[in-house]
Amino acid sequence: MNVDETDLPGFGVRKDFMTQSGRRLGVVTHRDGETELIISAWDDPDTCQASIPLTGEEAATLGNLLGGQRIVMQLTEEHRDLPGISTRQFHIAAESPFRGHPMGKAQIRTRTSVSIVAIMREGEVLASPGPDVVLHVGDLIVAVGTEEGLDQAATILRNG
Amino acid sequence: MDPLALTLIELGAVVFALGLLARLAARIGMSPIPLYLIGGLVFGAGGLVDLGHVRDFAHLSGEIGVILLLLMLGLEYTARELFTGLRKSWQAGVMDLVLNFLPGAGIALLLGWGGVGALVMGGVTYISSSGIVAKVITDLGRLGNRETPTILAVLVFEDLAMAIYLPILTATLAGVSFLGGLQTVGISLVVVTVVFFVALRHGHRVSKAVHSENSEVFLLNVLGLALLVAGIASAMQVSAAVGAFMLGIAISGTTAHLASRLLEPLRDLFAAIFFVAFGLNTDPTTIPPVLGWALLLALVTAATKIATGWWAAARAGVAVPGRARAGAALIARGEFSIVIAGLAVTTGAVNSELAALATAYVLLMAIIGPLAARFVEPLVKAIRRPRGGGPREASARVPF
Repeated sequence: MNVDETDLPGFGVRKDFMTQSGRRLGVVTHRDGETELIISAWDDPDTCQASIPLTGEEAATLGNLLGGQRIVMQLTEEHRDLPGISTRQFHIAAESPFRGHPMGKAQIRTRTSVSIVAIMREGEVLASPGPDVVLHVGDLIVAVGTEEGLDQAATILRNG
Repeated sequence: MDPLALTLIELGAVVFALGLLARLAARIGMSPIPLYLIGGLVFGAGGLVDLGHVRDFAHLSGEIGVILLLLMLGLEYTARELFTGLRKSWQAGVMDLVLNFLPGAGIALLLGWGGVGALVMGGVTYISSSGIVAKVITDLGRLGNRETPTILAVLVFEDLAMAIYLPILTATLAGVSFLGGLQTVGISLVVVTVVFFVALRHGHRVSKAVHSENSEVFLLNVLGLALLVAGIASAMQVSAAVGAFMLGIAISGTTAHLASRLLEPLRDLFAAIFFVAFGLNTDPTTIPPVLGWALLLALVTAATKIATGWWAAARAGVAVPGRARAGAALIARGEFSIVIAGLAVTTGAVNSELAALATAYVLLMAIIGPLAARFVEPLVKAIRRPRGGGPREASARVPF
């Protein structure tokens, strides 16, 4: 993917690319570290229809959502020939009882046979996380298993 | 009454009035600069109330205001940004200089103000207001637009051009001989080059020298150094403002952000007093006779800025609406036009009509600029939209 990087003297740096649908999509990183999501207008790639200021946490969450989606898609593709196996992503909300605790405490594998294959955090992938990995609010968990197992895992992560 | 008490009361009244004006400007979404100027006109010589006591204070504060304005301008840029900006945009920058310097210089010659007047008025009409333009771009959410880097590159070029222009102007106004003038320009060029070199290679050291975790110490360091450098530059006839600008460029990284955050309120205060001080020295009765010329100059230089922005954006591959936006965004003139006119007026080397024309011109341009930037888009759309196709197109519009 060809990402254009442009200096904005006095403001910061803009990184953007063209989507297939002809929209320009990108991020302006301000000098002080603030991020802004920019989306060009539908009829004019020069104009920004929306420029959305994001806090660090919001930017990381958006990165997780997009990155997690990609992992899920890849895994789904790989599991296509294995009937009964699905991939799903779970979000650790502020009210999750496991936030701030090691993942092993939820005992997902023992209780549901579901495997947690990755955690998306601040736009980064933690592949094959061990039971010691501490869960944070905003983490996106990618899990593989049967539909029933995934339903149970969702309930466990939400309610304990 | 005790003169000190009177001065305090007058000063308090002026600063408080500035606060009200700034609030009014924010309410109606315009730059406060024209209101400050009007405030100065009302309080100044020949105005409604003559506040003679604050003039000395206002004069010195105005000088500090200019130093802070340029110091902050320097802090906003890194040396690398200035370099790449210069390399990419010099054609647009030169076009900007020629197209916008000539109308001002021309009108000064036409009105018989001579070569010095032409040099001053050319500068006044040449330089866009970085402050107003940057604010308009952020307010209208155009930071991500494709034409924005072009606009910023033109501003960078203008600010660098000021580093050459101001010493020339200072030397000319001081009546330095041709040879002496060349010497001054030579010194300033050497200084600019050295500062660039230092900023690129050793910027972190300069930053380290002024940096402190204690914000009080930091503020005193930066402010003290800025005044020192500005004073030395001024003694070398290189213009105090340029010295401050160069210091700003040499300070980089987090130190620069921290410094701008600390200095911003100070700059706002002193810059506001600077505009008032300029207004104070202008007799409002001198404005009506030059108003016609100011309007003409405003129209011509709005057109030339649009042409500049249009051309520069077109070269960057931006479509017609973006070209129009780039042109309109550059129209606003403000602080630096007044800095230039102020330099000329305080030395007394120019006609008093020049101050009146410059004031009227900046009043117009500081108002027209942001308005033009805001309304150019619907205007271009209205012109470009094929007749009859409008409603269908509007209904096809998706939220994003």
